[in-house]
Amino acid sequence: MTPTYYLLLSALLFSIGTVGVLVRRNAIVVFMCIELMLNAVNLSLVTFARVNGGLDGQVMAFFVMVVAAAEVVVGLAIIMSIFRARRSSSVDDANLLKY
Amino acid sequence: MSTAALAQAATDNGGPVGLSEAIAFWILGPMALAGALGMVFARNAVHSALWLALAMLNLGALYMAQQAPFLGFVQIIVYTGAVMMLFLFVLMLVGRDSSDSVVEAIKGQRLAAAVLGIGFVALMVGSLARALFSVTPIGLGAANGVPSGNVAALGRLLFTQYLFPFELTSALLITAALGAMLMTFPHTRTTAKSGQRATVEARLRGARVSPLPGPGVFATANSVATPALLPDGSVAPESLSEIIETVPPSAPAPLAPVDAHALVGADHAKSDRISSGEEAQP
Repeated sequence: MTPTYYLLLSALLFSIGTVGVLVRRNAIVVFMCIELMLNAVNLSLVTFARVNGGLDGQVMAFFVMVVAAAEVVVGLAIIMSIFRARRSSSVDDANLLKY
Repeated sequence: MSTAALAQAATDNGGPVGLSEAIAFWILGPMALAGALGMVFARNAVHSALWLALAMLNLGALYMAQQAPFLGFVQIIVYTGAVMMLFLFVLMLVGRDSSDSVVEAIKGQRLAAAVLGIGFVALMVGSLARALFSVTPIGLGAANGVPSGNVAALGRLLFTQYLFPFELTSALLITAALGAMLMTFPHTRTTAKSGQRATVEARLRGARVSPLPGPGVFATANSVATPALLPDGSVAPESLSEIIETVPPSAPAPLAPVDAHALVGADHAKSDRISSGEEAQP
């Protein structure tokens, strides 16, 4: 077995997250799918750090985690304010800028 | 995952992946996949969040198996602890039964998404398998440093080479916190808050200086539905509520001698007189 299996798992998780973003309509679930994609990228970064024998990949994964935490906070605040204004958390209902 | 597998993986100095790590991978990897699939296919949003927590836990264990114990623990604490808790919190605020509509907004969107996902998987897996399958990892034995370990090595890197990006993340976090506070703050007030002086002036210049009569308090009952009675026994019109259907004042209203005690119910009159101290001064 080689560490490539980790990369394959990471690719699978990333694709599942992508399909989830495309398929689901609930804004919070879409957000969770984005989190899954970030986690998949983190897994590949950690694997690359191990393959290359340096810690830079792990530092990158650390920064991705920080950015993801900030993104979750702001994104959930946006979802909350949209829900307060429109009484819905579905991505289909936020169509005010459509035309 | 057993601690022996973890320990073996932590001392791994590169080369091909050991048997114990392979066992751990083939247990944890499918569980992470199952969590991801469950998140996408669960109808209920709360179930989706719990499936995602499972996937993230397994990913954290995989990080530990790959000589990244710090990231593994941060993954478990920050992601499955804080971020998923935030997700569940917002789900409960927004209403957990706001489930997905089954109607497709764009025709054939699900099918297109599935085809796209499968194509993406085929591309990624094919290219990765062709390009990287014969790679032997160098391993992090030298980078982690035998005496100090992964956490100290990461800290040294963060505070020397990556110091500026690390400082930038603090600005990012502060901005995110401020932005979240601003966005969730209800901006409903459009005029300035009126102070005490403005309130008093408005009242003295208005039509009525005294407060409105409380409903029913001075009449026969404490109920909000009972209107207040004026000293002559008639109903005070300001005490009628617009929302609640008013119950007409019961028995003592018509008997009405012009006397303050007539406003108290007949059978309570005596005890009230005693309690108000009228008999104490003959």
